[in-house]
Amino acid sequence: MSWKKLLIPLASVPLILLLAYGFRTDPKAIPSPLVQKAAPDFRLKAFDGGEVSLAELKGKPLVLNFWASWCYPACYEEAPLLEATWKKFKDQGLMMVGVDIQDKEANAREFLQRFGFTFPNAPDPGSKVSIDYGVYGVPETFFIDRQGRIVYKHVGALTPEFVEAQVQSLLKGK
Amino acid sequence: MIPTLGHFVLFLALGMSLYAAGAAVYGARLGREDWLASSRNAVLANLCLVTLAMFLLEYALITSDFSLRYVANNSTRGSLTRYKIAGLWGSLEGSILLWVWLQSLFSALVVARYSDRHQAVMPYVQAVLQAICAFFLLVMTFAANPFATVFPVPPDGRGLNPLLEVTDMLIHPLLLYLGYVGFSVPFAFAMAALITGRLSGEWLKNTRRWTVVAWLFLTGGIFYGGWWSYRTLGWGGYWAWDPVENASFMPWLTGTAFIHSVMIQERKGMLKVWNLVLITLTFALVIFGTFLTRSGILGSVHAFAEGPVGMLFLGFLALVLLFSLGLVAYRADRLQGHGELDSVVSRESAFLLNNVVLIGICFTVFLGTIFPLLTEAIRGAKISVGMPYFNRVSVPLGMALLLLMGIGPLIAWGRASLNNLRRNFLKPAAAAVSGTALLWALGVRQTEALLAFFCCFFVVSTIALEFWAATRTRAGATGEGFLQALAALLLRSRRRYGGLIVHLGVVIAIIGIAVSSIYKVEHEVTLKPGEQIEIGPYSVRFNDLQAGERPTHILVWANLTVIKGNTVLTELRPGQRFYPNQQTPFASVDARYHWNEDLYTILSTFERDGSSATIKVMINPMMAWIWIGGGVILLGVLVAVLPERRLAMLTARAKAQPA
Amino acid sequence: MIRRRGTCASVRRTARALMVGVALLLWSGATNVHAATNFDLEDRVREIASELRCVVCQNLSVADSPSDLAKEMRNLVREQVQQGKSREEIQAYFVSRYGEYVLLSPPKRGFNLLVWGLPFLAIVVGGGVVYLVARRWTEQASANRPVADPAYAERVRRELKDREQG
Repeated sequence: MSWKKLLIPLASVPLILLLAYGFRTDPKAIPSPLVQKAAPDFRLKAFDGGEVSLAELKGKPLVLNFWASWCYPACYEEAPLLEATWKKFKDQGLMMVGVDIQDKEANAREFLQRFGFTFPNAPDPGSKVSIDYGVYGVPETFFIDRQGRIVYKHVGALTPEFVEAQVQSLLKGK
Repeated sequence: MIPTLGHFVLFLALGMSLYAAGAAVYGARLGREDWLASSRNAVLANLCLVTLAMFLLEYALITSDFSLRYVANNSTRGSLTRYKIAGLWGSLEGSILLWVWLQSLFSALVVARYSDRHQAVMPYVQAVLQAICAFFLLVMTFAANPFATVFPVPPDGRGLNPLLEVTDMLIHPLLLYLGYVGFSVPFAFAMAALITGRLSGEWLKNTRRWTVVAWLFLTGGIFYGGWWSYRTLGWGGYWAWDPVENASFMPWLTGTAFIHSVMIQERKGMLKVWNLVLITLTFALVIFGTFLTRSGILGSVHAFAEGPVGMLFLGFLALVLLFSLGLVAYRADRLQGHGELDSVVSRESAFLLNNVVLIGICFTVFLGTIFPLLTEAIRGAKISVGMPYFNRVSVPLGMALLLLMGIGPLIAWGRASLNNLRRNFLKPAAAAVSGTALLWALGVRQTEALLAFFCCFFVVSTIALEFWAATRTRAGATGEGFLQALAALLLRSRRRYGGLIVHLGVVIAIIGIAVSSIYKVEHEVTLKPGEQIEIGPYSVRFNDLQAGERPTHILVWANLTVIKGNTVLTELRPGQRFYPNQQTPFASVDARYHWNEDLYTILSTFERDGSSATIKVMINPMMAWIWIGGGVILLGVLVAVLPERRLAMLTARAKAQPA
Repeated sequence: MIRRRGTCASVRRTARALMVGVALLLWSGATNVHAATNFDLEDRVREIASELRCVVCQNLSVADSPSDLAKEMRNLVREQVQQGKSREEIQAYFVSRYGEYVLLSPPKRGFNLLVWGLPFLAIVVGGGVVYLVARRWTEQASANRPVADPAYAERVRRELKDREQG
């Protein structure tokens, strides 16, 4: 059979390779255009009544976590880790803020009480802040350095080693 | 007991199908009838085994045996029996079992029906069909075992996704699978023809009915899916160009191209290579579709992927493509047709253009579907290719196809003389122009609408004139009444007139699609009880919000009154269903479906105390025509393929009536 | 079979005209923009929202999606339309936050031109191939066909003409 005819079946090979490549990608993971850029400002009224805004937190590294009471099981898994991290590093200058998205107040407060969050948490009316940060699911966590730049965006539940490493590097940074 | 037995039965069936394939090839090559007979028995045995496996799984589902993981994931103790049965194809493992069952059933039917004729090719047909069975069985025995157990045994199952616990779930997947599996039969015949070198095109004649029936089921499945989506999903649409939807549309496109271009091979012996490529593409696209659904590489509402299954399907797809295209290349020399045409403008050319447009649409849909993946591979960026893109590019192609549908049947085979063209085109063109002008006078100004209507009028007039002229001639010649002549005509040239009815159905559906999308009216408002919204000729008044407990969920609904003019037309109750295991509620659509327009309402959000509700109201003009068009297509196919005997009985009865 | 040279040429012209017609049809369809003739606010919002992807759904637009986030995004779009922002500005707003992914239809530049251009190219190439194939077949047919005796051919031609007109 001449080599020209061989082209007919071989024409399908590039397609198969492309589809095989598809196994390495995750269709649900959307890369964020905000990484390595300045974090969008926000001003929210916390559940405990106080106000929390990004401008006030300038100069301190920030862990910004988006959660919801209906986000089961991921948010429930990472909640104790968040509180523990906060307790461990707050004296070293770390700031942590939780944003509750698309939730009912009663359920949110129940969630807060259950995990005993002592860092500021606020609801996001109109989902303005969520959209500003390009949030498309929960939980999502943003690691922001002292200059207010988003260093990393983590999608899904956090792990202890990962958070430890990120926070340490934020604290070390300028 | 059932898990081990079931798994073992599948294992046996795998062995049986491999034997049936191997023995058939062996017997054919050595001319040993005993091996061939044994392989045929194996085909039947395979069917029995797979049926047994299916029965075991259904038994476990109906008796709510939650020690099987599949039963626990796809049914609950409280489900209605029919949804327990439908749970069989609710997710991955069971859907493959259903596929295998249909595949081995069709294998057995083909073997039973054809093994006493076509001696030379049948063993290879059988081998190919059994090899396909073997692959699916392989996936089930090694990667997606429906009989896998779970420990500890849960007290109750998780149940089917609530969206699937509807009657539609009993019908839609079956229709699609019948279509998909049906296309494997002409594919097998084509492969057998290539392997044995019997390339005279006999395989086309053998499989014509299979192909058309498979096409019918696929068409039915696609229309039904759209209808289901429209009535139930709550976003007001019927086709989202979702990757898995596209995956069912692509084999339909190549299958339609195949049905048409096969007519050229039948008459003139041309396009042999092309037809083989087309049926290969059709079957490959079917496998591509199951690959997409089960691999999870493209996100989709329909996808239900797990584990190594995706890689197995990709491997199978590669095998199918390389094997069949390789065979085509191997035999390409012997396939060169002695193409002869009397003129460039002829029905053959129209059919070729039909193929170009259909393959063009298929290529477009395919490109759009994999383009995000391609972009990620080459640019590393994630993009979306969605509805606006597909609508934008498929509309002009659809128009071209519509036009061809009108022109094609008018041009004679071989060559078209100018007189012939002029005569056949004049009346339909005149009808189309006057019809469009009338619409323009009535206020229709949108270019797309006018264009669509022009093409549709053109096609409908060609079809109507065709029927009219032929019936009148026959009635004049035989002295029959008009209706009798029409019936006799349908019986005599079933393919031609059945085909024309199918075209009519397509035109009706296209009009429905065009008008419902161009003239759709949509409003979303927040209303307090007692307030109303005006939309088109209707007033929709929000009365109050109510909630109630149902066996499986809590239903919250808005009571709406629809008023037209001064009369109350109907009450609508769009709502939301809250299921205990689900985070977000499911929409419960309510609409007034009418032949000329649908009034469609959705409950978006509401205040818990019932003080306000956000309602989305839509008017979808001529939406019902899409489903009616589907019905006419069904009718046309039935006319084209119903067996001789039944139609002869009908004619005899008609003749027996007092003249 | 009689060849009527004059008719053949004119038939070929008709074929070419037909192809041009079909091409124009396709071109007009592809370039027609569903112009917002009605500047009602909600229509404009829906128009823009229908080209944005609902990021929490599968393949639905922000206009069609029943989800809460989509509703909030629609509100944002409405706000911005009321502020007088153009479609491009609103799209840029969302793209800066979610990336290109949020556009439901790939913008016509760079690599994306492939997905917009290839279908059109495929049809044109396909049409061209059909034309060439049909022409080759026609030439093959005429090459294989025996030529008839001219006097006899004339007589048959006359009789056919009478029949066609009769």
